[in-house]
Amino acid sequence: MYPFTYHQPENARKAATVAGKLEDAKFLAGGMTLLPTMKQRLASPANLVDLAKCDDLRGIEVAARSVTIGAMTRHVDVANSKELQEAIPALADLAGMIGDPAVRNRGTIGGSLANNDPAADYPAAALALGATIVTNKRKIEAEQYFTGLFETALEDGEVITKVVFPIPAKAGYEKFRNPASRYAIVGVFVAKKGSEVRVAVTGAGSSGVFRATKIEAALTAKFSSKSLEGVKMPAEGLNSDIHADAEYRAHLITVMAKRATDKAK
Amino acid sequence: MSMSGIGAPVRRKEDFRFITGKGHYTDDINRPGQAHAVFLRSPHAHATINRIDASAALKMPGVLAVFTGDDLAADKVGGLICGWMIHSKDGSPMKAGAHPALAQGKVRYVGDHVAVVIADTYAQAREAAEKIVVDYTVLPAVTDMNAAVKPGAPVVHDVASDNTVYNWHLGDKAATDAAFAKAKHVTKLDIVNNRLVPNAMEPRAAVGDYDFGADSFTLYTTSQNPHVARLVLSAFIGIAPEHKLRVIAPDVGGGFGSKIFIYAEETVCVWASKKVGRPVKWTADRTEAFLADAHGRDHITHAELALDDKGKILGLRVNTKANLGAYLSTFSSSVPTYLYAPLLSGQYDIPAIYAEVDGIYTTTAPVDAYRGAGRPEATFVVERLMEVAAREIGVDPAQFRKKNFVTKFPHQTPVIMCYDAGDYNASLEKALEMADYKNVGKRKRESAKKGLLRGVGISAYIEACGIAPSAAVGSLGAGVGLWESAEVRVNPIGTVEILTGSHSHGQGHETTFAQLVSSRLGVPIDNVSIVHGDTDKVQMGMGTYGSRSGAVGMSAIVKALDKIEAKAKKVAAYVLEASDADIEFKDGKFSVKGTDKSVDFPSVALQAYIAHKFNGQDLEPGLKESAFWDPTNFTFPAGVHICELEIDPQTGVTRIDRWTAVDDFGEIINPMIVEGQVHGGIAQGIGQALCEGAVYNKDGQLLTASYMDYTMPRADDVPSYNVGMTQTRCPSNPLGIKGCGEAGAIAAPPAVVNALTDALGHENVPMPATPHAVWRAAQSTIAKQAAE
Repeated sequence: MYPFTYHQPENARKAATVAGKLEDAKFLAGGMTLLPTMKQRLASPANLVDLAKCDDLRGIEVAARSVTIGAMTRHVDVANSKELQEAIPALADLAGMIGDPAVRNRGTIGGSLANNDPAADYPAAALALGATIVTNKRKIEAEQYFTGLFETALEDGEVITKVVFPIPAKAGYEKFRNPASRYAIVGVFVAKKGSEVRVAVTGAGSSGVFRATKIEAALTAKFSSKSLEGVKMPAEGLNSDIHADAEYRAHLITVMAKRATDKAK
Repeated sequence: MSMSGIGAPVRRKEDFRFITGKGHYTDDINRPGQAHAVFLRSPHAHATINRIDASAALKMPGVLAVFTGDDLAADKVGGLICGWMIHSKDGSPMKAGAHPALAQGKVRYVGDHVAVVIADTYAQAREAAEKIVVDYTVLPAVTDMNAAVKPGAPVVHDVASDNTVYNWHLGDKAATDAAFAKAKHVTKLDIVNNRLVPNAMEPRAAVGDYDFGADSFTLYTTSQNPHVARLVLSAFIGIAPEHKLRVIAPDVGGGFGSKIFIYAEETVCVWASKKVGRPVKWTADRTEAFLADAHGRDHITHAELALDDKGKILGLRVNTKANLGAYLSTFSSSVPTYLYAPLLSGQYDIPAIYAEVDGIYTTTAPVDAYRGAGRPEATFVVERLMEVAAREIGVDPAQFRKKNFVTKFPHQTPVIMCYDAGDYNASLEKALEMADYKNVGKRKRESAKKGLLRGVGISAYIEACGIAPSAAVGSLGAGVGLWESAEVRVNPIGTVEILTGSHSHGQGHETTFAQLVSSRLGVPIDNVSIVHGDTDKVQMGMGTYGSRSGAVGMSAIVKALDKIEAKAKKVAAYVLEASDADIEFKDGKFSVKGTDKSVDFPSVALQAYIAHKFNGQDLEPGLKESAFWDPTNFTFPAGVHICELEIDPQTGVTRIDRWTAVDDFGEIINPMIVEGQVHGGIAQGIGQALCEGAVYNKDGQLLTASYMDYTMPRADDVPSYNVGMTQTRCPSNPLGIKGCGEAGAIAAPPAVVNALTDALGHENVPMPATPHAVWRAAQSTIAKQAAE
């Protein structure tokens, strides 16, 4: 780890102000990606603005039509929220599938969305559920938020404050884990709201999370895993690495979509 | 059987300190004034070094020194050695390239040692290492063995212009050709034994400490054999004569072979401690462990099995290329030769065997012994061939094995080994029963209903352990003898210290060795301590590897205990005022035959030291004896493992449903520890079969250099094991022990692959059989099923 200056503001507004004044500042949420990267000397921000003391960034609120989750809410709290398990069980389920207990006890939803790791789980939920990412400056629709591998619409000094998820009629998430890292090789989130079905895929795409329109069409016709029999996803645009080539990933998207649909509630 | 003697499942004495974090490992050792070493490692697989500019690094805060290969050469520090000479078919010695501890003019794998920075703190050393400027000319890498031996391939060492260290062979070629000429059926198989990274929980570490007053060095290091380390560092590398070099291997957190070897890092730390005048410490980080610990396995093999018309084996032909990496590590040359081919007869009566092995240099990390060392590779060849042959001739694989088992002992194989005792049928029958083998068909149909493919695979393994008779291994090229030593010190109050040349790094010697002493002397195991891992305390010994600590290490203790008993009887005779010949020793008591006169062991110990009851000229005071044990044969643990698994053809995920292990380890000191060794071995074998594989890209970069990409087996990857035992006593050592440390890792891979190929209905699945690989392999299975 290279030396850096550490800042610990007490609320989101101060955090944004501090970060705005500093050269080369990074927000630190749970640190589950940033800290290992710094330890490996692959990242060396001059300033680290720790959001740990920003209590205004924490919490889960369930309303009639939406759920709002504070950016610093940890995965373990999302997974264990009784209200959320009622409102959007698939989202609580997804949070409980992230990493291992140590990661879930530190990692946060805002950190995950800001990092936009192409194999992270939350981006699939945000895109499929049509979430709104709220920052200190504006509201960004998920569709416009994810812009590429580790790339988002966030600007310098912009900090996520909360995420608003519309409550779907039914949703489910299933992922196929990388046998080594246990990140998603393919993760598929299916969500049905009214007549609309949205299906988002993480882990597979060479430019990050994307919507599987072919699967959406099949499930819109009838929301059943049987609708996906014979649906073949194209391998173009999917990742190939030592763990899974594009063809295998394409195949797994359909398999995981079927299983997510079967699980959906 | 007493509660704590031989055969009792005594809880491990050492576990309390390990599981409460009170172990004392090399990294826990901090010497006054200690400095820290960081190694600058090659980012290239193959390059010449034109210039190393350390001027900026030397100006960094806290930096004491930067050393390169030139500094070692100037001090006449020798290179690292390979201690086993292999000769090629034509009689020429193996072509061993120089192996300097710090590179001299050339680097040969990613992670190779270019320079060392020594600074006040680790962080300072690391900062400074980044400031060293190395001018490289990058050369083409060669990681693939087939590519390495092609004309025009990049040459790793000039001494081996075709990258071939040796073309070695074993067995009778003419007899084997004749066997194949009359064969009714020949089974042919091409298989790859995947490269593994050892991944001991504790990474390697070293602290070198030079004492200017005494002009002597102390090296604390993560070693399975500190005396061998001292011997090599003294006699070959030339750090200091043996009496001026103390090597201490304290608690060591797993070795699996990778801590047998003498590496660059400890060599440099101990040498540099005198150069900088301060103790020098180095602890590997996990990336360094991936890059620079000696790897394991990595064979490409073509094998053929000749059968007669009744399904009896006539002959076996094996051709193997073994990747030895960029340098010959300490015992690397022996692993794919004398630790491999002599096991190719398996548990079977095979009249003719001929094996050829080419050892190949590539620009990858050195490859050396890893749990099983050669024997897993041999077992994989034999047991895959047996399975495929049975399928090809339409015979049940269990029956086919039975038909070809060795049944009469001793049995001389055509490849050196003489099997002394065993009952292979007994293990097979018991395993089939425990595995409910007869109902596999029913379970397969049930799985099929769920869309899953079920398969069962047998592995009837044999290994040669308890290595080894010194003269025998000497005749095969070993540079050392493989005996073991022990000293038994009985203290005046009757407590006992055992000084053993064996080294415990997870095996539980503090418990099992104490159980032996307790059984023999009738003292509680808490009154016995086991001293190991310090060359200043313990007499010369050979260390722990090759499942040898029980069969060889404990035999040395038995021999010393025999002497203790004989001496104590003489003391007891004086105490009891009887003749030596009339003294009996039983349950910790010396008594005079036919009388009620007796004295207990602690009292005799006290009498031996106070020497009041006898004349010191007639009998030496004291009670301390030592012994060396040189085995008369290898030992031959053998057994049958049966793996039953289910494949989800939609994802390629394999789930092991049941695992049956029936092993014959001879006599057993502690069944709980033995079972633990079996569990650990199987987990490593399943790891090799389903999870682990070191992958280099064509540029020689290790793609699997962290746990993000190298799949270690986890608890949910392995099943609950059903472990049973059969027992034939080993005739070649006093305790009848065969050894158990490597069995699981040897037995497991072919059991898994035989089960996978049974489930898939074809033989084409590689190790590691990852979900991706199995899914690919399942495509043809699904296509075939659809066609039917």
